[in-house]
Amino acid sequence: MNLLVAVLIPLLGAPLVAWVAHFGRYRAAWAAGLLAALALAVLVPSMPAVFAGETLVATIPWLPALGLNLAFRLDGLAMLFAILVLVIGLLVILYARYYLSERDSTGRFFAYFLLFKGSMLGIVLAENILLLLMFWEMTSLSSFLLISYWQHRSDARNGARMALAVTGLGGLAMLGGFLLLGHMAGSYALSDILTQGDAIRAHALYTPTLVLILLGAFTKSAQFPFHFWLPQAMAAPTPVSAYLHSATMVKAGVFLLARLFPVLSGTDAWSSLVMGAGLITLVIGAYFALFKHDLKGLLAYSTISHLGLITLLFGIGTPLAAVAGVFHIINHATFKASLFMAAGIIDHECGTRDMRLINGLWRYMPYTATLAMVAAASMAGVPLFNGFLSKEMFFHEAVNFARYTPWDWLLTVSAAAAGVFAVAYSLRFIHDVFFNGEPVNLPREPHEPPRWMKVPVEILVALCLLVGILPAYTVGPLLKVAVVGVLQAPPPYYSLAIWHGFNAALVMSVVALVGGVLVYLGRRPLFRLAQRWHGVLDAPAVYLWILEAVLALARSVTRLLDTGSLQRMLAVLIVTAIAAGAMGIIPPHVPITGPVPVSVPDVASVLVAAALVAVALASALIHQRRLTALIVLGAVGLLVSLIFVKFSAPDLALTQLSVEVVTIVLLLLAMYFLPRRTPVEADTGRRLRHFLIALASGSGAGILSWAVLTRPHTPISDFFLDNSVSGGGGTNVVNVILVDFRGFDTLGEITVLALAGLGIYALLKDLRLAAPAYDILGRPWNWDLHPPIMAALVRLLLPLALLVAVFIFLRGHNLPGGGFIAGLVTAVALIMQYLANGVTWTHERMPGNLHPAIGLGLLIAVATGVFSMLLGYPFLTSAFTHVHWPFADFELASAIAFDLGVYLVVVGATLLILVHMGLMHGASHAVDVADAGAIVEPAVHPRPRPDAVADAATGGAAVSGRAPDPSLTTAD
Amino acid sequence: MEALLAGIIASLTGFGVYLLLRAYTFPVVLGLTLLSYAVNLFLFATGRLTVGQPAVIGAEAAGYADPLPQALVLTAIVIAFAMTAFVIVLALKARAVLGNDHVDGRPVDGGEGGAVSHRGDAPEEGA
Repeated sequence: MNLLVAVLIPLLGAPLVAWVAHFGRYRAAWAAGLLAALALAVLVPSMPAVFAGETLVATIPWLPALGLNLAFRLDGLAMLFAILVLVIGLLVILYARYYLSERDSTGRFFAYFLLFKGSMLGIVLAENILLLLMFWEMTSLSSFLLISYWQHRSDARNGARMALAVTGLGGLAMLGGFLLLGHMAGSYALSDILTQGDAIRAHALYTPTLVLILLGAFTKSAQFPFHFWLPQAMAAPTPVSAYLHSATMVKAGVFLLARLFPVLSGTDAWSSLVMGAGLITLVIGAYFALFKHDLKGLLAYSTISHLGLITLLFGIGTPLAAVAGVFHIINHATFKASLFMAAGIIDHECGTRDMRLINGLWRYMPYTATLAMVAAASMAGVPLFNGFLSKEMFFHEAVNFARYTPWDWLLTVSAAAAGVFAVAYSLRFIHDVFFNGEPVNLPREPHEPPRWMKVPVEILVALCLLVGILPAYTVGPLLKVAVVGVLQAPPPYYSLAIWHGFNAALVMSVVALVGGVLVYLGRRPLFRLAQRWHGVLDAPAVYLWILEAVLALARSVTRLLDTGSLQRMLAVLIVTAIAAGAMGIIPPHVPITGPVPVSVPDVASVLVAAALVAVALASALIHQRRLTALIVLGAVGLLVSLIFVKFSAPDLALTQLSVEVVTIVLLLLAMYFLPRRTPVEADTGRRLRHFLIALASGSGAGILSWAVLTRPHTPISDFFLDNSVSGGGGTNVVNVILVDFRGFDTLGEITVLALAGLGIYALLKDLRLAAPAYDILGRPWNWDLHPPIMAALVRLLLPLALLVAVFIFLRGHNLPGGGFIAGLVTAVALIMQYLANGVTWTHERMPGNLHPAIGLGLLIAVATGVFSMLLGYPFLTSAFTHVHWPFADFELASAIAFDLGVYLVVVGATLLILVHMGLMHGASHAVDVADAGAIVEPAVHPRPRPDAVADAATGGAAVSGRAPDPSLTTAD
Repeated sequence: MEALLAGIIASLTGFGVYLLLRAYTFPVVLGLTLLSYAVNLFLFATGRLTVGQPAVIGAEAAGYADPLPQALVLTAIVIAFAMTAFVIVLALKARAVLGNDHVDGRPVDGGEGGAVSHRGDAPEEGA
C-alpha cells in the first residue's frame, strides 16, 4: 500500500506545487522538495524487508477483467531504481531551485518535474506490466513537457517533439510486446511472468515479442538507431537533463532489459539484438562525444555511449555481466548527474556552453572545477573512482565472452576503443573548460555559484569517491539485492575489490587511459577529420526525412479521399459500402434465398407497394421542383405507416404518422428560405454514374432484405413477451421495452433528441435569412394567411387533440401508445395553433421558452432511474402496483414517470425546433404581421414585377418589405 | 409479401441514394429522409412479417409480432426526425453564411451548377 502512496504523492503533488507557486517562486521548490522527501520517507520502512531478501507485492484490483490492476512490487531492482529516482530527484530539485532564473515559472517546472518523477517511480515499482506501460507513456509525455519547458525556443520545441515521437513510437511497439507477453504467460503480473522464462522463450511468439519490447527499450534508452533524440533533448533546462539523462528517463529502457532479463535473455535473438545495438551505440556515442563543442552535447553523447555499455552487458547475458550492468547503472547515474549539474553551473555562470569559448575557468571557479574533475575521472574509468570498478567488470566480461564467440576481436577492440574515447572526451571536458588558455568573449564574468547550488554536486561526487574506494562497504548490499532482483535467483560470485591482479581487464584499462591521453593530445588532426565527415551520418536529418515522407503520404491519401466535394466523398463512401456488402453475397458463399417459404401478397398490399415505389420514384424524378417533391415525400411517409399497420406494428404506425406531419411542416418552413427549385446539374456523366451507384445500392438493400426475410430466425424477443406483464406491468410489449427493459437506451435517445433540439436552437439563434418577396409564379407573398375558419377550427381542436394525447399517453403501457407518440401528438396539436393563428397569437397564450420542458423531462427520466437505485435496485428498475379508483381498477407502473420524461422531451424538442424556425419567419418580415389578430392596411404601393428586380437573397440583411395582395388581405 | 417489402426497401434506398448524391442541400435532405424510411423498414423486417398479431399481450392472442425491432424502430423514427431537422437547419445556416445552397458551398463550378445562376427569389418559371 505504501508503494501506491509513494507513487501517488508526486503525481498528486504536481498540481499542488503549481498552485503553491502563486504564493512565491521558491515555495514551489520547497513544496516539491518536501513531497519528494515524503515519497522517499514512505518507501523507507519497506526497505529492510527487501534487504533481507523479500519481494513485496501489493495488488489493488482496478480492471481485473482486462488484467490491469494497481499492482506494485518492491524487490531489489525496484528498490535500487526507486532510490536513484527519489534521491537524485531530491538533489535535482535543490539544484533547480538555484538554477531557474527569475523569468522561469517555478510552479510549472516543479509540477512537470513531480509528474515525471511519479511516472518514473511508477515504472520501476510496477508489478503489472500494463500499469508499467501506462507509467512508461506518462514519462514520455511529462518528459515532453520538461524538455519543451522553455517554450519560446524552437530548438526546445523541436527536441521535445522528436523525443516524444521516438519514445512514443517505442511505447506503442512495447504495448504490442506486452500484450503478447501477457498472452504467453497467461497473466500481466510480473510475479507470474518472471517464473515462466523457459516456456516463454520456447513459445512461437517469442521473437516478435522480443523485437517489440526491445523497440520500446531501445527508443527510451537512446540505443542506435534511435539515439538521435537524446542530443536534441539537450535544449531542456540543465536540471532536467541532469535528471532525465542520468538516473531516470533513459534508464527506463535498461531498467526494462534488467526487469525482463530472466524471461527474455539467454537466446541467440536476445544476444545478437541487444549486444548488437549496445555495441554500436557504445562506440558511436563515445566517438561523437569527443567532437561535440557543446558541453551538454558532449555529455549527451557520452550518456548514449554509457547506455550502450549497459545494454551490451545485458546482451552478453551471463549473470556476471548482469552484475556489471546493474553496477554501472548506479555509477553512471551518480557521476553523470553531477557532471550535468557542473555543466549547468558553468552554463549558468558563463552564459554559454561552447567549449571553444569556455577556457581556463580554473581561475574563476576552482571548487566547481575540482568537483567536475572527480566526476569526469569517474566517467573516464580512472582507478579509485566508481566508474573504474564497473568499467573493469565490463572489460572483463567482454574479454571473457569474446573468447567463446566468433565476435572475439570485434568485441574486444570495440570495448577498448570506446574506453579510449571515453578517456579522451572526459579529458577534454576538464582540460578544455578549466585550463587550455583564457576564456574567449564570454557573455558574463564567471565566478563560483551560490553555496547551495554546489551541495547536490558535492553529495554525488562524494558518493563517486566512496563507492570507488570502499565499494564493498557502501554499495555492496544494495548491489547484491538489486542483482537478485534482476536475476530472480541467487547472485553469482563476484568481487568488488579494486585490485584483481594482473589480467586482461587491467591491460584494457591501462590501454584506455594511455590511448585516451594520446588521442586527446592528437585531437587537432582528428577534429579536422571529423569536420570533413560532418553530416555524413546525420540521424536527425534521416528522422526528419522519414517524418516528412510520412506526412506527405498522409496528405496524399487525404487529398485522394477528401477532395472538398461532398458528392465525391459520399460516392466513395457508398461504393465502398456496396463493395463490402457485395463480398458477402458473391455466389460461392451462400444462396441469396433462404429456406423459409414466402407468403403470397394480397391485392391491397401490391397496390400500396406499387404506390409507394411510384411516389418514391416521383420524388427522385421531380426533385428539382422542391415543393412538389416535398408533398410527394409526405405521401411516401404515409404509405410507410400503412406498412406498419399491415404488419402488426400499431405503435410504429402512430409514430410514423405524427412524425411525418412534423417533418413536412419543418421542411416547408425551411424551404421558405431556400430556392424554390434545384438547378439542373449539367454534368450528365456524373448523373449517370450516380444513377448506377443508386441502382447498385438499391439492389443491394433489396437483396439483403430478401435474404433476411427468407431465413429462419430465433429472436430473443420471447423473453420480453414472457416477462412484459410479470416484470414490467404492461401488456404493450413495445412500450414496456422502451420504458423498462431497454430504458437506458431510451434515456440515451431522448438525450440525443434534446441535444438536437438545443443544437438547432443554437444554430438558429441570430440567424437572419431574407424572406422571398415573391412566390414561384412571381406573385408577391402575402404574409397574412391565417384564414379565420381554419384558425377557429384549430382552436376548437386543441383541447380535443390534447385529450387524445393524454389518452394515448395513459394507455401506452398496455395498448399502442406511450410517451413518444403522445408527445408527438401534443406537438402536432400545438404546432397547428402556430400555423393557423400565427406565432404572436400563440406565444401570448403559451410559454414561449421550451428549454425547461426538455430539462424537466430529462430530469424526470433520470430521477426515475436514480430513485430505483436509492431503493437498492439497478438503475431504471421499475415497479408497479394495482390502483383502485372508484370507477376503474388499473395498474400503475413507475415506468409511467419515465414515460412522462420521454413525453416532455419529445414535446419540448419538437416544439423548440419548429417554433424557432417559425420565429425566424417572423423576423424575416419587416414588420410583425403574422398574426391573425392584427389589422392590416391594404397595400398602397404595389411592387414592380419581379423579373425586373434582382432581389438579394444571398443571406444578407436584405429584408423584403411587406407587399400583401389586397384581394387576399384579411382582418378579424 | 416478402418480395414486395424487399422491393420497397430497394427502391427507397435507390432513390434515397440518388438524391443524397445531388449537389444542393434540399434534395440531399429529401434523400436522407427516404434512406431513413428504408433503414427503418429494414430494421423492422428483421423481426419478420407478421399479419394481424400485434405485440400486445392478451388472452385471445394467437401469436405476437416481434416487439424488439418495433421498439428499436420507434425511437429510430423520432431520432431520424431530429437529425433531419438538424441537417435542414444546417443547410439554412450554410446558405446564410455562404450565400448559396450548394453542398460544397460554391454555387457554380466546372459545370456543376451549369449556367443556371442561382438566386433564391428570382422567379424561374412563368414570370
